[in-house]
Amino acid sequence: MELTAINVRKRILKMANNCGRSTHIGGSLSMVELLTVLYRDMMSYKPDNPSWDDRDRFILSKGHCVLALYAVLGECGLIKEQEMGTYLQDGSNFGSHPVMDLEHGIESSNGSLGQGISMAVGLAKAAKLKNQKHKIYVLIGNGECNEGTVWEAAMLAAQWKLDNLTVILDNNKLQSDGYSDGIIDLSNVGDRFSTFGFCVKKVDGHSEKEVLQAYRAECSGKPKIIIGETVKGKGISFMENNNEWHHNRLTNKIYMQALNELEVHV
Amino acid sequence: MIEVNEKNTKMWSNIGPRATYGLALLDLIEANSRVYALSADLGGSSGMTRLMSVYPDHYLNTGIAEQNLIGVSAGLAKEGLIPFASSFAPFITHRCADQIRMNMGYMHLNIKTVGLGSGVSMSILGNSHYGIDDMSFMRSIPGMTILSPCDCAELVMCVNAAAEYEGPVYIRMTGEPRMPRVYENGFEFQIGKANKLCSGEDVMIVATGSMVATSLDAARVLAQKGVETTVIDMHTIKPLDLSIFENIPVRCKLIVTVEEHSIIGGLGTAVAQYIASQDGLPKVLNIGLPDEYVKAGGYAYMLNMCNLTGDAIVHSILRKIEAGG
Repeated sequence: MELTAINVRKRILKMANNCGRSTHIGGSLSMVELLTVLYRDMMSYKPDNPSWDDRDRFILSKGHCVLALYAVLGECGLIKEQEMGTYLQDGSNFGSHPVMDLEHGIESSNGSLGQGISMAVGLAKAAKLKNQKHKIYVLIGNGECNEGTVWEAAMLAAQWKLDNLTVILDNNKLQSDGYSDGIIDLSNVGDRFSTFGFCVKKVDGHSEKEVLQAYRAECSGKPKIIIGETVKGKGISFMENNNEWHHNRLTNKIYMQALNELEVHV
Repeated sequence: MIEVNEKNTKMWSNIGPRATYGLALLDLIEANSRVYALSADLGGSSGMTRLMSVYPDHYLNTGIAEQNLIGVSAGLAKEGLIPFASSFAPFITHRCADQIRMNMGYMHLNIKTVGLGSGVSMSILGNSHYGIDDMSFMRSIPGMTILSPCDCAELVMCVNAAAEYEGPVYIRMTGEPRMPRVYENGFEFQIGKANKLCSGEDVMIVATGSMVATSLDAARVLAQKGVETTVIDMHTIKPLDLSIFENIPVRCKLIVTVEEHSIIGGLGTAVAQYIASQDGLPKVLNIGLPDEYVKAGGYAYMLNMCNLTGDAIVHSILRKIEAGG
């Protein structure tokens, strides 16, 4: 397999269908390009040596969308095909939220929002203290930005000039109860992070070219945030911007329909 | 490592637990470059003024943000560093409870948290700053180790043992400057192994933190009244040393727990839960802070109001024995 956005989406749909349970499918589909480009074109890691000390670290702070991470790690060979098959089965290592498991490329346990970014600040500070050159990436959601700890972590990251830290915001504009602008309006989220001392790169989160440029942009002396403007449920017409797919279960019929749409894309 | 001797224990007792903690951590950093002191803007209050000037690179102030403090500590711990994060007891436990649950519990990361001024030792600062329920929460986290030193010498031992130990630890401080010494010289300290301080066959007191010295006072008064008492320094609240309940004398009428913590969820609860599962052991009397918010006052006043003085403990024990154990 090849790490491409289309393959990752296919894998997301397959896992969601095979598990027979409701999954956080919409928010997983919105972050596909952000994650694919990161793992394919940016991050240093060794699938045959997952605990390699100089690897770049990735933390999935919006842990409920781990389905996308599993799919990417599957494409990278960190999670084997048969292990993927246990997704959401009773007692599986691969559940609805990440469980720290470096052997499979999962750096931390998440699921309680607003915490991954704090850990990422700690990881970035540790790298500075130890004079290590690896980079720290943490992916957060727009709904997650309601959590105060996101801003506690952001303040400190800027204060400590953690330019080895990149925060990735999957800004799909929806959250559990609906559109963010009617809950906590984040339309000026870039300005907010900028005011907090971040280097802000706003991109079309589904344009691999723009995403890659943003990852590569130098932000000396400041932490960086890439605000990916994304669409929840991206790639499947009836899931796009439809919050029924925030957490929902596929049927075989819907699965085939979704898959067909992706095939047409190819 | 700083020597635990007559001179040092006297000095530590005089400067109190917070200042002693700062000295112990400074000493630890000198010996182990992986150790870092973290604080949510309470470095001075954590006794770390000297540490902050001698090792500024080993002091990390996260700002007044305890949740982030634990998250950042988690990142350091994951990279093989040993973070000691301190704040006043309620702020380093309940304020960041979910971060503790995820990082110290679920991920079992090697983070050391230190609750300053626990119990009612924050005195006139009041209930917002008291640590009446910190152990209750921390005990319920799977895999957590909880240390509750009885004096400053034991605090030094706890800090060193916590650094050696691989896993999450909560150190809970009670007491104040000029607190009594239980240990005047070097002594054996091992996480999970309680220390028996005196032996008597009528009553067994299991005490922790500041209440160990107070229980020794009570034992002396009880002896004058013909009640021979064992006093145990239960410095490790989790895992609890259950071996102390083996071979309890037939004559023993009562097992008494004494702690500067709510009677709900702390040492008393842990002991009572165990004793309830055993046959042939004496009844348990739990002595601790009441399940209420007592109006604040000075430390001595608060301990008096909460019946946590030597005389009050004697009175509670005798009354229980008279009532038939």
